[in-house]
Amino acid sequence: MIARGILTIVILMLLDAPTGAAEEAVPKVTIGSKSFTESVILGELAAHLTNDAGAHAVHRRQLGGTRVLFNALEAGELDVYPEYSGTIAREILASLNVNSEAEIRAALAARGIVMSRSLGFSNTYAIGMREELAETLKIRKISDLRQHPELALGFSSEFMDREDGWPRLRDRYQLPQRDVRGLDHDLAYRALQRGAIQATDLYSTDAEIRAYKLRVLQDDLGCFPAYDAVWLYRADLPKRAPRAVAALTRLEGHISTPVMIAMNARARLDGVSEDRAAAEFLGRTLAIKTVLKSDGMIQRLARHAGEHLALVAISLTTAIVVALPLGILAANWPRLGQVILAVMGMIQTIPSLALLVFMIPVLGIGSPPAIVALFLYSLLPIVRNTTTGLRDIPSSLRESAEALGLSRWARLRLVELPLASRSILAGIKTAAVIDVGTATLGALIGAGGFGQPILTGIRLADMRLILLEGALPAALLALIVQAVFELAERFLVPRGLRLRSQR
Amino acid sequence: MIELSGVSKTYDGISVLSPVDLEIPIGKTTVLIGPSGCGKSTLLRLMIGLIRPDSGVVRFEGMDLTPENATQLRRKMGYVIQDGGLFPHLTAHDNVTIMARQLGWDAGRIASRLVELGDLTRFPVDGLGRYPTQLSGGQRQRVSLMRALMLEPDVVLLDEPLGALDPMIRSDLQAELRDIFRSLKKTVVMVTHDLGEAGFLGDSIVLLREGRIVQQGTISDLIHHPAEPFVTQFINAQRSLLTALGDANS
Repeated sequence: MIARGILTIVILMLLDAPTGAAEEAVPKVTIGSKSFTESVILGELAAHLTNDAGAHAVHRRQLGGTRVLFNALEAGELDVYPEYSGTIAREILASLNVNSEAEIRAALAARGIVMSRSLGFSNTYAIGMREELAETLKIRKISDLRQHPELALGFSSEFMDREDGWPRLRDRYQLPQRDVRGLDHDLAYRALQRGAIQATDLYSTDAEIRAYKLRVLQDDLGCFPAYDAVWLYRADLPKRAPRAVAALTRLEGHISTPVMIAMNARARLDGVSEDRAAAEFLGRTLAIKTVLKSDGMIQRLARHAGEHLALVAISLTTAIVVALPLGILAANWPRLGQVILAVMGMIQTIPSLALLVFMIPVLGIGSPPAIVALFLYSLLPIVRNTTTGLRDIPSSLRESAEALGLSRWARLRLVELPLASRSILAGIKTAAVIDVGTATLGALIGAGGFGQPILTGIRLADMRLILLEGALPAALLALIVQAVFELAERFLVPRGLRLRSQR
Repeated sequence: MIELSGVSKTYDGISVLSPVDLEIPIGKTTVLIGPSGCGKSTLLRLMIGLIRPDSGVVRFEGMDLTPENATQLRRKMGYVIQDGGLFPHLTAHDNVTIMARQLGWDAGRIASRLVELGDLTRFPVDGLGRYPTQLSGGQRQRVSLMRALMLEPDVVLLDEPLGALDPMIRSDLQAELRDIFRSLKKTVVMVTHDLGEAGFLGDSIVLLREGRIVQQGTISDLIHHPAEPFVTQFINAQRSLLTALGDANS
């Protein structure tokens, strides 16, 4: 625990070093966004608006889910992020059973958080049809479907199964259709084009609505819950950055559903960066000019490689410093060793995302929790191999060292550790390679690295981005790390031991 | 020199040494002998403090051997085991000098001591740069002996030092060992299961059986005045070797 505390402090000092005196004059506003395009666009909007209001915006893009973001907001790691009213009521505050807006605001206030008014659109389940067909059949509202029992409906399997999906829709509107099937979301759009089905479920701001020229039917009986987009920001933000908050709230009611669909389509279909999609909107509607800076692929690769290496290097170095003594302890006191290895084994079984989320209240988001998680995962292989290496030393050699009159420390340093060096190094190598792979998950909590392009690629269904900028460089890095350690073996494993292996 | 009084040792509830009293005379070679499992190696390991007795006291030069002073006292003892116990990651040179370097001997002192030891054990100086795996079994034992003698110990303890060698090399080394012991006039305690070797090298022989001392004396004491029938049995079992030794002596 103490070691971990010190570690945390060291890491925080390392990472927070470059914040200077300018902080007083220009308030820093940290913005978060979830790992899907619309949220990232809203995050970029917030960043542009905040910068325009004279504050210094830092956008932590595509973090791994509602829990990560809300915990980070509560912990003060984030100042603001876009959220949906339905998510707040049903997910974040689910245990409180809040219903009215007043209740939600009160519950959030108790956590030091303020909810803005709706930004103007709702991203909820919706039913879509091809515009032409809807026009011909004169269908505008979901209740109009009742007049057309011959229509074939195709829904995503999630929508078919969810209690608030198809079953509820059918009961609420008394829909008569018999031909209802479940199919993959992507296939549903194509089936719609071919005319195999006439209506499907979608999210009301999906970019595909524009791409496939779909009409979103009005939910006239209010079947689907409202998922109004809002800002969630810390209650202390208006005091720290009043102009930034004013700029953010200026957006309330300004983003209509078609506008949001258009922005999503710019990013998802036209391949424009979220940054630019947001800037275009601000220039058009609020006449705000923004400076866009975009990196080339080489710059991005270099940045991600740097972030990735830093995560691995810091976590691995600290793990070696902690795990070696633990391994030595475990080798010399077998009973203590069992306890140490059991604890290490337990840590290993904690799913990485869970571990990352646990640490947000203590360490916030970004590199520190990722480094601590990687550090924890690195311990087991190093401790285990150190222990095994030391225990496998023949007792004749151990006793020879003792009989010579070498002190305990000299025996460890001059005889036991060199004899165990091959095993210890193998453990470090294993930890390093696992680290390089696991570090990609750090992107879920804003730690950067090669996980970043992988997340973006998944979000945009861009396989090239995933492979070329994420998975392949990460694999390459793992190979390089392995090669470096194999080279290191020549210097660290004593020559006499390598001779033996040649025989 | 070394004195054991009322020393016993039990492993996992099985007694390997009943209370034993033994005095190792100064300047002589004492050989501990007996069938496998008789406790002879245990006795040797007790003398250098690698294991602690369950009861009784081990005294070295009049001092009780304790875990606290064991490290200090060991530096006055040399210890050689069957396969040499050389550290495979160190060259012969580094194996021999490891403790001297720890004690801060200067390079000149170490170098001149190495020359002395090389002459004594007939180990070539240019072989010192090799690693144990690059040496023959006989050479390894020479290096191991050099290491044991490096700090000029008052006593040398050897646990079956020639046990892993083939017969030809073994007999050469037996002769060499005897010359070395005689020229050094050191107190030597050696464990062997070979009565011929014991008679050849030992001034005094201690025969053990199932954790107790059966008889202590010269080889001729054992042959001509056996303390109990087991002594004769043990001797007869190795008779052929003894005959050869008798022929060589006559």
